[in-house]
Amino acid sequence: MKYLSEFRDPVLAKKLTQSIKEISRRKTNLMEVCGTHTVAISKSGIRQVMPENITLLSGPGCPVCVTANSDLDKAIAIAKSGVIFTTFGDMLKVPSSYSSLGEEKTVGVDIRVVYSTLDALKIAEENPDRDVVFYAVGFETTAPTIAISLMEAERRGIKNYSIYCVHKIVPPAIRALLDLGELGLEGFICPGHVSAIIGSDPYQFITDEYQIPCVVAGFEPLDILQTIYMLVKQVEDGEAKVEIQYKRSVSPEGNKIAQEMMDKVFETADAEWRGIGIIPGSGLKVREDYSHFDAEKRFDVDVPPTKPDPPGCSCGEILRGIKFPYDCQLFGQACTPERPIGPCMVSSEGCCAAYYRYRRA
Amino acid sequence: MCVGVPGKIVKIDKESQMAEVDFEGSTRVAGLHMVPEAKLGDYVIIHAGFAIRTLNEEEAKETLKLLEDLLEIPE
Repeated sequence: MKYLSEFRDPVLAKKLTQSIKEISRRKTNLMEVCGTHTVAISKSGIRQVMPENITLLSGPGCPVCVTANSDLDKAIAIAKSGVIFTTFGDMLKVPSSYSSLGEEKTVGVDIRVVYSTLDALKIAEENPDRDVVFYAVGFETTAPTIAISLMEAERRGIKNYSIYCVHKIVPPAIRALLDLGELGLEGFICPGHVSAIIGSDPYQFITDEYQIPCVVAGFEPLDILQTIYMLVKQVEDGEAKVEIQYKRSVSPEGNKIAQEMMDKVFETADAEWRGIGIIPGSGLKVREDYSHFDAEKRFDVDVPPTKPDPPGCSCGEILRGIKFPYDCQLFGQACTPERPIGPCMVSSEGCCAAYYRYRRA
Repeated sequence: MCVGVPGKIVKIDKESQMAEVDFEGSTRVAGLHMVPEAKLGDYVIIHAGFAIRTLNEEEAKETLKLLEDLLEIPE
């Protein structure tokens, strides 16, 4: 396929791996901040071919995984209030304090999986006598698609559509991770499609204030290897700058139209991240002008008290990059993709699920 | 979950801003709201039912060129 197979060339990948080994001398911990990168790295076996001094850590890049239990409890309370509750499929199996959206669906709660916000909007048009709520979970890549649905609802006069928004943005989470001071990091593999929207400029603070190199990466094996090469080169040269490997989809300024859409509908707010806690300015909430589409304002629901994470679950530490999945006592034993305990094993782009699925003997 | 596979625009409905995007034989419908400049034949990156970027073909070639130069592979 065009612009795909070229970036999967195994001969080039092998040569590139060799080049990384040749230039890398120092201890180098790199973190990828995108769940799809976590999966791509696991699937391609890149972790295993790195020299001993290079460690690839996974960060809080899976939106499903970082959604707090309390937000999930509220989503279920809204879903049970008699609305049609629409969601992306990967939220279904995530355990909340008491059940999951999937379990609620099996006992008759009207929960429907959609592929896009426009599908949710269509359900609203087809069911004018019902309230339709979309569960807005995601990062900057998904946020404009939510914004478009609200602008479309406004334009078409659809009044029975609203969103329960727990959307999050990536740069403040990176700052929060760095400020926790738990990580010794030499570089960030920055997300590809979040950056297609926001550009690479928002990572400038990481190089300026923390002197940690950043490279925005594509999703194919050569993309990731080239990104690692670029990061290692910076580390060895004693540099810290923001670079883009994934130039075919990412520019420094990003997609301005998408940014304007986000800005029109959302403003930033504090948000709770699983494993990290409240991060200032890391969430998106619906602006006053669009508040009639805000399900939190529209539905006054009783939310049962949120329970802490299940005992033994290390998702919090794993999302902060201070534990590997196999450091968790539940990993692969009590917790598997078939019977997940923590969200990192539930989501297809969760770190534990990726490690489990592509584990190598 | 991000899909890094670019698809080719094969049909555009201007009024609804919806396009048909071909991924080597399988077609998906995607909104062009974020990439109004996209035209027939362009490659786009799709996320959750919307095109988020038109693929910059020059930059794709440039990246591959850099890689080949780095690995000293003769053209």
